[in-house]
Order: sequence, then C-alpha cells, then structure tokens
Amino acid sequence: MAKRLKVRVDRGRCQGHARCNALAPELFDLDELGNAREVGSGNVPPGLEDKAWLARANCPELAIEVIEE
Amino acid sequence: MSTRPPVRDWESDFDHLDLRWIENPFPIWDELRRHCPIAHTDRYMGVYFPSRYEEVRAIAYDTEHFSSRRIVVRETPPPRQPAPPITSDPPHHRPAKTVLLPAFTPEAIGHHEPRTRAICRELIERVAGKQGCDAAVDYAQEIPVRVIAHMLGVPEEDGALFRKWIHEVLELGIIDDKALARASAEMTAYFAEKMTDRRAAPRDDLISYFVRAQINGEFMSEQHVNGTLRLLLIAGIDTTWSAIGSCLWHLANHPADRERLVAEPGLMSFAVEELLRAYAPVTMAREVAKETRINGCRFAPGQMVLLSFPAANRDPAMFPEADRVIIDRRENRHAAFGLGIHRCVGSNLARMEIRVALQEWLARIPAFRLDPAGGTKWSEGTVRGPRRLPVLFG
Repeated sequence: MAKRLKVRVDRGRCQGHARCNALAPELFDLDELGNAREVGSGNVPPGLEDKAWLARANCPELAIEVIEE
Repeated sequence: MSTRPPVRDWESDFDHLDLRWIENPFPIWDELRRHCPIAHTDRYMGVYFPSRYEEVRAIAYDTEHFSSRRIVVRETPPPRQPAPPITSDPPHHRPAKTVLLPAFTPEAIGHHEPRTRAICRELIERVAGKQGCDAAVDYAQEIPVRVIAHMLGVPEEDGALFRKWIHEVLELGIIDDKALARASAEMTAYFAEKMTDRRAAPRDDLISYFVRAQINGEFMSEQHVNGTLRLLLIAGIDTTWSAIGSCLWHLANHPADRERLVAEPGLMSFAVEELLRAYAPVTMAREVAKETRINGCRFAPGQMVLLSFPAANRDPAMFPEADRVIIDRRENRHAAFGLGIHRCVGSNLARMEIRVALQEWLARIPAFRLDPAGGTKWSEGTVRGPRRLPVLFG
C-alpha cells in the first residue's frame, strides 16, 4: 500500500517563485501576492504523489516539505 | 573596453568585462570553482566573485552583511539614485516589494499573454519569408520592449528610446558616469510626465496602478514611483531579451534539443527552466556592509560582491551534469531569478514572455541554425545574452 503524502509550504521561506503552482496546481495555490500555500490541508490525493515530489524538487527556496504519513 | 589592462589571473585579478569572460565565461568559472571558489579583484575598487551555488545562496540570504544599496559593480561609486525595492534592504524592502507583487502574479501576467503572442507573431511575420534574420535584433529584443510598453500604457514605438536608455545605463554606464546620468535624467523626465498625466486621468495600466498604490495607507512619493518605473524598464527589458536570445542561440546550435521540443511541446515548461538555468542572464551585486566570513573567506566592508546566479547555476555540486542542457531536467532549483527576498519581481512575466516567444518561433520556424558566416555578439556587462544572433532558416 502506497504511503499517504502531505505537502506543506513554509511561508517564511517562500519567495513567490511559483514553481510549485505551475507544476502541481492541484496541490499548491498562490495568494494575492503570488506566494504559495498548500491547497486545503495539504493532503495529496492518490495519483498526485509524483507531482508533490516534483514541486519539492523545483523550489529554489527549499520551502516545500513532503511528509510521508 | 580595449584599453583595460589584460587580466593576470582570474583568481586575484578577474575582470568581468574582459572579452574572454564576455564571450564564454563558463570555463573560467569552472576553474575558479575548483581552485578558488571566492575570487577577488582589485579592479572596480575591489570585488569578490563567488562561483559556487552554496556561497551565492548564503550571500543572497545574508542581508545583514551584504547590502543591496549598490547593485552594480562600476569603476567609480554610482550616483545615489534609489530604485526600490531592488536597492532596498530590510526593513524598507518588504513594503516596497509588496506593493509591486499583485501586478506580477501569474494570474495578473496571464492577462498580457494574448498581446505578447500577437507581438511575437507580428515580428515573425516580418522575417519568416526571408532566408534568415538576426534573432536578437529582429525578434528577442523587440518582445520585452513592446510588452512592457503595453503594460505601462505607453506607445510601443517608445521602445527605441527604452533601448537607448538601457544601453546607456547597463553597458556604457558601467564606465561612463555622464552616459548614466544623462539616461537617468531622461527617464525621470519621461516618467514624471506620464505620472502627472495618469494622476489626472487614470487608465488600466501599470503607471496608473503605481501612482494610486499605497504603502501603509500612504501614497508612494513621486521619487519612489519614478524610481520603481525606471527599475521596471531597466530590469524588465534586456534581461528577458537576453534570455530569449540565449534560448534561440542554444536551439540554433543544438538540433536534437530543437527537434525534441518541436515534437514534444509538452516539454516546453521544463525546457524554459533548464535554459534559464544554463543561460541565466542576470548577475547582481551587493556591497559588503559589515565585515564577515563565509567558508573562511573574509569580506571587507565597502567592497562589492558580484552575485553570479549564472555561475551558481553551473555548479555541479548542485546540478548534476551542470554544463549539459537537459531539456527535461526534473530537479531544477535554479537561481536565475535570484534567491531570498530579492527574488525577481518580474519572474512570472519573464517566464511567460520566454515561453510564448519560443512557442511562436518554433511553430513558424521549426528549423534554423546559426549563420555559418558567424556574427553572434554577446553583451558586455552583467546582463548576459546575444546582442546579435544571425540565423538561417531551414
């Protein structure tokens, strides 16, 4: 059974590069300033695990955490 | 620049305006990264050059010791003319940046995509029937000039004026104080008139947005708005023009990448990021505000640091096969738009322009190559890109 993933954006680190939103809009939203936040509570729906890791692999500020539950 | 004394060695006497550095800096940076990761020169009143990702990142994050009050390395101290937020440090930086951000979110920038696409098509239409063109002059340089004019709400024909100012500020201005002062005065007068106009009769454009925008409940000063507008013009044009030009240079030179991108248009967003990594156009600078040490190297107050995001992006410790363009690179935390609080405010705009420029070009001109007669010429200064790029079609 695949592990359930959760994503979290560290708002103190995020500088609004917006790569996560471009790569995984299902998981990451942008606020009115263009800074990222996780969609809802950050739970990664089955099938979107790769997108969670991809977003993390492209954040220049290391602001994205992927938690395996 | 021919009068400059020749470089003795790159570790202790580098010169970023040396012709070898201008034409192909990558082997120089590779050597420095291996043997002297923080180089220094006494030229330009003293400058450090970190070439590894690790130190570039550390300095970009350390706004206490490394100030943005000077962001260009010059022969003489620059005339003090702030352009917030790029020349701001904490605590002034955040409010000056925050006021700009809503106009540059991906969603806000998306509204300008149709005009950008139309501009690209108009430009291609002019050259597509010929045997070739200068992809830098006829195409790349025209796109950001027209797009920013469209966003500011000024005539796109003013683009020629903008290019003149940019050349005077970013190329001539590094060594010629008079050219810099003249361009600054002309730009200030140009925007002062537009601001007066928009205060009287606001429109749906960026100048109107900034003259009405407030920081902590107060309108920005005339000087602040003018500085920000000058910044948008200077920072938004030759940077993106350089990026588009470098992308086309790469694709003209690497038929396999070009063919793959034509066959698999879904790779475009990865390709844009990878080309931004490999050919990041912008090197910033910082002034050492307080003495500090990074990995054992002492930074003396008052000296400058060239903050080379392009060199950081070629660091093999951060990017496997850093000198190879892998157009579908999956892990890519490149620093082309900077790191930390000074992340380029126009990054979403630049990304949109580059993507649209490449999509439209490849749709109409899927096969092209560098003109074997040569003629490619790279910019001088701290924004790197081709200023001439003769290509042949087919």
